[in-house]
Amino acid sequence: MAIVLDKVSYTYMARTPFERQALHDVSLTIKDGSFTAIAGHTGSGKSTLLQHLNGLLSPTSGRVTVDDVDINDLSKSNRDTAIKMRQSVGMVFQYPEQQLFEETVAADIAFGPHNQGLSEQDIEARVREAMELVGLDYDKYSSHSPFELSGGQMRRVAIAGVLALHPRYLVLDEPTAGLDPRGREDLIAMIKRIKKQWKLTIVFVSHNMDDIARLADDMLVFKGGELLRQAAPRAVFADRELLAAAGLRPPQVQQIMWCLQESGMPVRTDVLDVDEAQADICRVLQGKGGR
Amino acid sequence: MLSDITIGQYFPGNTMLHRLDPRVKIILLIAFLVEVFAFTSWRAYAVLSALTVAMIVVSRVPFGMLMKSLKPLWWIIAFTFVIHIFSTPGEELCHIWLFSLTLEGVLQGLLICLRLVLLILMSSLLTFTTSPLELTDAVECLLSPFRRFGVPAHELAMMMTIALRFVPTLIEETDRIMKAQRSRGANFTTGSIKSRLQNLVPVLVPLFLSAFRRADELALAMEARCYRGGVGRTRMKQLRVTSLDYVVALCFAGLTVGLIVLVRV
Repeated sequence: MAIVLDKVSYTYMARTPFERQALHDVSLTIKDGSFTAIAGHTGSGKSTLLQHLNGLLSPTSGRVTVDDVDINDLSKSNRDTAIKMRQSVGMVFQYPEQQLFEETVAADIAFGPHNQGLSEQDIEARVREAMELVGLDYDKYSSHSPFELSGGQMRRVAIAGVLALHPRYLVLDEPTAGLDPRGREDLIAMIKRIKKQWKLTIVFVSHNMDDIARLADDMLVFKGGELLRQAAPRAVFADRELLAAAGLRPPQVQQIMWCLQESGMPVRTDVLDVDEAQADICRVLQGKGGR
Repeated sequence: MLSDITIGQYFPGNTMLHRLDPRVKIILLIAFLVEVFAFTSWRAYAVLSALTVAMIVVSRVPFGMLMKSLKPLWWIIAFTFVIHIFSTPGEELCHIWLFSLTLEGVLQGLLICLRLVLLILMSSLLTFTTSPLELTDAVECLLSPFRRFGVPAHELAMMMTIALRFVPTLIEETDRIMKAQRSRGANFTTGSIKSRLQNLVPVLVPLFLSAFRRADELALAMEARCYRGGVGRTRMKQLRVTSLDYVVALCFAGLTVGLIVLVRV
């Protein structure tokens, strides 16, 4: 059970003067149950890659399979399963609140389940469940217009709209972009909670290496449409040459640890969050005191 | 599907057509369109068609791209042809129910269709070889004599610039919203016309919202930079008429005289 890309290439506006290849020969596996982060500079092919995961774009060459089903093979025998697999990948675009359109929050979240042809009862249950999962009180907000809510709340409604489809994979394109620090923290906590409660496989794009360090257990680094490396964040952030090549900076805690080490403090540099850094600095300081 | 729209799509290049002054191009295009409508003889049409083909060759715009600009108007052309076939009196070729198909009708229909095709091709050539900025500058300049009659030349040109500037942005936005709604199971390609129209609501509402938001932001940004209309405004790129423009205009005038003679003979 996984999403597998096999030698996927994609060219925008093929056979015109504006032709541009966005993905070169990308092969990767997104393991079931993983929390995979995608990092890379603007124009490195991240968004193009995401759109391949649920069949919005079909590769110019290569294959995309979800749970061993080729989602771009729409021949008669495969069509129904392919479409089912596409639907098992929930896609949250950048600034998803810009895609809200219904008069009430509940109606907007119900759009997906409605398209799936569920009964009214099931739809209401799904809406209720999705709203609870993203931390919006059903009785309080379901009859509000989504356009009266704050930016962070609107984003939650949009994410609930995708969760109501009951995806097995959740793909998020820069989920925290444009939120204030408080909103970011809330949203990250929410994503963690969703992952834990529903045991979803999550794929997300982020420019924030601190977020990646805290959340992800697997990481894809892209540059110019090519996959530079797939590894655990700890291994990726330890590889300074790779980061420089991809134009990425290590997480801030790691930058601090590098500075400390350069100024003569023998601390570890492969820490991923503030707690680990604190523990290691304490270890070094106490070691000194004891001497 | 959305990438098929070619309005306002500039095809960069450095051919003779690209280097012509945009004002000259617009005036010549208008003259050409008048001629297309004024002449009715087949001989004149042969010359005008040849001119169009020559211009396409000179412009180096790929033929496929030009054909794409014809595509949305295919139906109108076909419809016009059918109407003319059956509504022109003359020698009857065959009879279908209440309508009679005439030889004169077929000829007349072909002529009208050729007229439309020439019109569209030449107009597209203008937008393919002229950057939107040049185009609006030219429009402003050509409209400025009418300012004393109350025509807001600068404002019209500015509106046009902004509209053209936002065409690709809105196309991109539409594409993104459609993809997002498709990810939620929306269907835009099958079903009856009524259900397809209904399915557009989830696209149109967010699109309008974002267009209004963009308009607000742009207005604010322009005011913050002290924009107050065209009075006393200078420009970085000045339009200049060169010898090439005179030569081309003279050639066209010569061609027109030739055509008139040809038709009279």
